Amino acid sequence: MKPAQKLRTRRPVRPGAVVKNAGALLVSLVFVFPVYWMFSSALKPSGEILTKDPVFVFTPTLDNFTKATGVDQFWTYVTNSVLVTVGAVLLALLVALAASFAIARMRFKGRKGLVLAVMMAQMAPWEVMVIAMYMIARDSEMLNSLPLLTAIYFVMVLPFTIWTLRGFIAAVPVTLEEAAQIDGCTRGQAFRKVIFPLLAPGLMSTSLFGFITAWNEFAMVLILNKDKSAQTLPLWLTEFQSAFGNDWGATMAASSLFAVPVLLIFIFLQRKAVGGMTAGAVKG
Amino acid sequence: MTVHSQGAATSAPQDAPMKSAAAPPEAPVSGSDRGRTSPRGARRSLPSGWLPYLLIGPAVLSLAVLLLYPLIKNVILSFQDINKIEFIQRKYPFAGFGNYTELLGDANFWTVVVRSFGFTLANVALIMVLGSLIGILLNKLGTKMRLVLSMALVMAWAMPIVASVQVFKWLFDEQFGVMNWLMRTAGFAGYEQHNWMETGLSTLVIVTILVVWGSIPFVALNMYAGLTTVGAELYEAARMDGANGWQTFWKIVFPNLKPFFLVTTFLEVIWVFKAFTQVYAMNKGGPDRASEILPVFAYVEGQSQAHYGLAAAISVLTIVILVVVMSFYFRLILKQEEEQ
Repeated sequence: MKPAQKLRTRRPVRPGAVVKNAGALLVSLVFVFPVYWMFSSALKPSGEILTKDPVFVFTPTLDNFTKATGVDQFWTYVTNSVLVTVGAVLLALLVALAASFAIARMRFKGRKGLVLAVMMAQMAPWEVMVIAMYMIARDSEMLNSLPLLTAIYFVMVLPFTIWTLRGFIAAVPVTLEEAAQIDGCTRGQAFRKVIFPLLAPGLMSTSLFGFITAWNEFAMVLILNKDKSAQTLPLWLTEFQSAFGNDWGATMAASSLFAVPVLLIFIFLQRKAVGGMTAGAVKG
Repeated sequence: MTVHSQGAATSAPQDAPMKSAAAPPEAPVSGSDRGRTSPRGARRSLPSGWLPYLLIGPAVLSLAVLLLYPLIKNVILSFQDINKIEFIQRKYPFAGFGNYTELLGDANFWTVVVRSFGFTLANVALIMVLGSLIGILLNKLGTKMRLVLSMALVMAWAMPIVASVQVFKWLFDEQFGVMNWLMRTAGFAGYEQHNWMETGLSTLVIVTILVVWGSIPFVALNMYAGLTTVGAELYEAARMDGANGWQTFWKIVFPNLKPFFLVTTFLEVIWVFKAFTQVYAMNKGGPDRASEILPVFAYVEGQSQAHYGLAAAISVLTIVILVVVMSFYFRLILKQEEEQ
């Protein structure tokens, strides 16, 4: 009786399946369309951007990209973004590795409090604190400072990095470490030779999410770094758009350039990253 | 996490989806705690007392300097009367509760509060309902179609916020936007040069579409990962008992995924409530400050209007609201942990 029931629900081509697939296709289209429209507009000759009825077939051109990258100090923005992002992520990895090892493997007074503090810090309302940050930076003569921006991004991604690495370290069986120590390793060597290599996927996925957070950050750099020479790509993008008005082709080329690293990371991440990531950092 | 559970769509996710949706609770630590109670474990986990403090030192110090201090500074600022002149002279006279009484007595402030709540409510409701529906849809699709849909979702998810704001501005452009063309093509009148950013409300509607579009993937893909952990035999049983889809959802899916729904909803509330970038980059809180939500309101008051003390007070009140939401969230996580 049971197999028969199963057959009845699985076998026949149900009309529902067609509806489901059509629905899924429509939903997919809705989600992809803005991304597609960004790339396709970026590749359109300017004559075919400003048309009342959108043009779907066109000969692609790289003109818009040339225009976008030709903006004054474009490479300064790129360099700043890369420096700040990579700096923040590396710092966070280093500091978090130590802290998460202590949390995962040691018992000490105040451990519970630290865990709670990290959890709360993960939800810190950075966007809301920009005015206080601005006053502090101004009073300590740190406006337009890339090191300060790096430090802030580092602390933004730190709680998440600690949190995730803690999970990865906890997942490494203690017995492995023990075995190494019995074999004569010191505690530090056991960590370096046994745990660290096993953390590779964890380090990779946490740093990629950290990268995304820092790469996308907008509110802090908006208020702290008014000087173009100390700004990052998100500001370049918004300012580009207000400066070029409705040169949408160039704006879309700029948006594409900004988005491509993150899109690539997501595709990369999806295949490589494993283990318990937390969501906090994805959206910041 | 979602990305991975999505990538490994067909293999059963090893970690519970509700855990991956939220910050994973402290539970896994118990494993190493257990190890510690063994005699050998005790030796191992008893380094000369200062080592753990040395290891956590840099993290604690950085959090204190760059997070705790600005938070405290924020509270202090909120009690000071700082406008343009004081700012230039770097003299910050205390104003007691002046900023707060001014705010609480200001109709504008309350308008922004109500707007912020409405905006958050609308966004979170849409995100949760549509996200769950798409998650359920993912679960019901065949392998190929599921891959197509999840790739589409990942694309939207991966779009950096500032870039997607630019794209949506272009989609909703007054003259050459695809949206106006679409509306005309669909036969609606009045979409020749329709200005979608004409009012604060319509601006926020565009922001809502953007936020919902960008947030659904997270909910949908997590929901799907969660559904795969609900045993197929439960659906089977429900079907044999003659339950329809709606009943199956409320009797089987919802109770099983309750932690996921609660935690995700709280996370979305927090994320949407402080959605500064989307609102500000869309139209700078305009037109005429009519699309400002609390974080944007604080920024504009502080920066453009040079009312620094007042802006700090706004942000303190915003943080208070967020803390109330967060306290629910933390209680939830703690409760969830006790139940496990």
